[in-house]
Amino acid sequence: MNFIEARKLVHEYIRRDEEGNVESIQTALDQVDLEISQGEFVAVLGHNGSGKSTFAKHLNVLLSPTEGSLWVDGKDVTDGDKLWEIRKNAGMVFQNPDNQIVASVVEEDVGFGPENIGVPTREIWSRVDKSLRDVGMTEYRSHSPNKLSGGQKQRVAIAGVMAMEPKCIVMDEPTAMLDPNGRREVLEAARRLNREKGVTLIWITHYMEEVVEADRVYVMDSGRVVMHGTPREIFSEVDTLKQYRLDVPQMTLLAHELRQAGVRIPRGILTRQELVEALCRSY
Amino acid sequence: MLREITLGQYYPADSAIHRLDPRVKLFATLLYVISLFTFRSIAGFVVTTIFLAAVIVISKVPFGFMVKGLRMIVIILLITALFNLFLTPGRTLAEFWIFRITEEGLVSAVKMAVRLVYLILGTSLMTLTTTPNQLTDGMERGLRFLKALRIPVHEIAMMMSIALRFIPILVEETDKIMKAQIARGADFESGNLIKKAKAMVPLLVPLFISAFRRANDLAMAMEARCYHGGEGRTKMKPLRYRKQDGIAYAVVIGYFAVMIAVRVLV
Repeated sequence: MNFIEARKLVHEYIRRDEEGNVESIQTALDQVDLEISQGEFVAVLGHNGSGKSTFAKHLNVLLSPTEGSLWVDGKDVTDGDKLWEIRKNAGMVFQNPDNQIVASVVEEDVGFGPENIGVPTREIWSRVDKSLRDVGMTEYRSHSPNKLSGGQKQRVAIAGVMAMEPKCIVMDEPTAMLDPNGRREVLEAARRLNREKGVTLIWITHYMEEVVEADRVYVMDSGRVVMHGTPREIFSEVDTLKQYRLDVPQMTLLAHELRQAGVRIPRGILTRQELVEALCRSY
Repeated sequence: MLREITLGQYYPADSAIHRLDPRVKLFATLLYVISLFTFRSIAGFVVTTIFLAAVIVISKVPFGFMVKGLRMIVIILLITALFNLFLTPGRTLAEFWIFRITEEGLVSAVKMAVRLVYLILGTSLMTLTTTPNQLTDGMERGLRFLKALRIPVHEIAMMMSIALRFIPILVEETDKIMKAQIARGADFESGNLIKKAKAMVPLLVPLFISAFRRANDLAMAMEARCYHGGEGRTKMKPLRYRKQDGIAYAVVIGYFAVMIAVRVLV
C-alpha cells in the first residue's frame, strides 16, 4: 500500500439550522482517488474552493471523511485509536504564520510538538537544535516570533513540525500570505527537507511557479481531482488549466502562445532555459 | 499610540533574584504580603524596610523604575490615607469646620500608606524580575495541588501564556484597524467620553471577529501538533530547584518568623 492512499473520498460540509435540520450540503471533496508514496514531493493545485485545503485537513485528521476511505502510513484515518499516531506522522503547516505559533520564544515553540507527544526533556533539546538548524533559524532561537518576517515565521513553523520527526509534511498554502522573498525561502527550506531527509512533502497551493519542481501534480476543481501527472504533462495542457482558472508559469505561457502562432517547439516547457534551447534547436 | 502599552513589565537584568525559581518568588511574595499586615510597632516596620531594601538592591532593578509603578496608585493611596485620617475616632489633635483629625487617625493613615506602598513595591519586584512565561510556569507547578479539586491548572496556565503571546499581535491589529477607519473618516480623538466610547464600536467589532478567527486557527494548529491537554506532556524547560532556591526559601521563612516574633514580643 502507498504511504497515502485515498479511495472515493467524500467530504460534505453540512450546515444545520438551530433545530438541527439540514439547511444545505456542500460537497467539498467528491470521489477523490489519490496515492502518494514515501519520499515524494507532490503538489496539489487548485483555485479557491476547489477542496484542496479540505483534503489537506483530512491527512492530519482535523476533518474526517463523510464517505470513502483514506489511509495515511497504512493507518485508517477513521480509526480513533490511531489518531495521535497519524497526527505525529503527518505534520501540518498552515497559511497564516502568526496563528500557528504558540510560544513567545522561537525555541519554545519548536519544542511544543515534542512536549505534546511526551518526548523526554534532553531529547527535546537535541530535536529542537536539529530542526532549527535544518531550516536555518538557529541564530533566532531566543527571539520573539513577533519580531520575525513572514518567511522566517513559516520556517519556524516547519521546524516545529520537523521536531516531531514526521514522515510527511503537509503544507496548506504556506506561502499565500508571504512576499516573493519569503515564498522562495519557505519553498527552498521545504524542498531541502524533502531531498535530504526523505520527508514526504505535500504542497498545497494555487501558485503554479511553486510546483515546477514537484515529482507529481494533482489538480483539483470543485472537489474532484481533474488532472494528474508530472508538472511537464500538466503544463502542456495550457487551455485545460485556464478552464480551471489556474495560471501557468510565464515561460510555459509564452511557449504556448508561440506554438499557437506557428513556432515549432515542443509542449510543456517549464523554464527559461528550456525555452531558449527549444528555440535554438528549431531555428 | 497603542504601542506604548506594556504588560507584565519585565526588567531584564542578571541578578540573583532574576535567577531564582519562579515558585520561590511566588511563595516569597505571598509571605511578604501577609507579613505586611502583621506589624504594629516601629520594630516590625524597620525589619520589613531592611528586608525590602536588601531585596531591591540584590535585584539590580533601579529604584526609579520601581517608583514609576507607584504613580498609578497615588489616588488610591490618597483616598485611603484621608479616610483613615478623618474618620478614625479618638483623641482630637486638630479640628476645623466638620473635619476632625485624631491622633489614632494620623497613626493609622501613615501605617496604611506605608503598607500600600510596600505592597506595590514588593509585588512589582516580582513581576519585574520574572518573565511572564516563567510566571505561568511557576504557577502551573506551584498550584498543581489544586488539580485534586478538579481545577484545570495546566489549561489555565496555557491560556495565560497564549494570551501573553497574542497581546502584541492584537495591539498591532487594533492599530491597523484604527488607521483604516481613520483613513475613511472615523474620528477617535474629539468629543466627550461617551462620544469617544461610541467611536470605539466600529473598532471593536472587526477586532473581535479577527480574534475569534485567530483563536480558531490556533486551536487547529495546536491540535495538528498533537496537543491534547496536560496529560502525558513533557517539558522542554522543566522547573528544577537549585541550591540558591533553598537558601531563598530559608531567608524568606526566617524573615517571616522574625516578623511574627516582633508582633508577639514587642
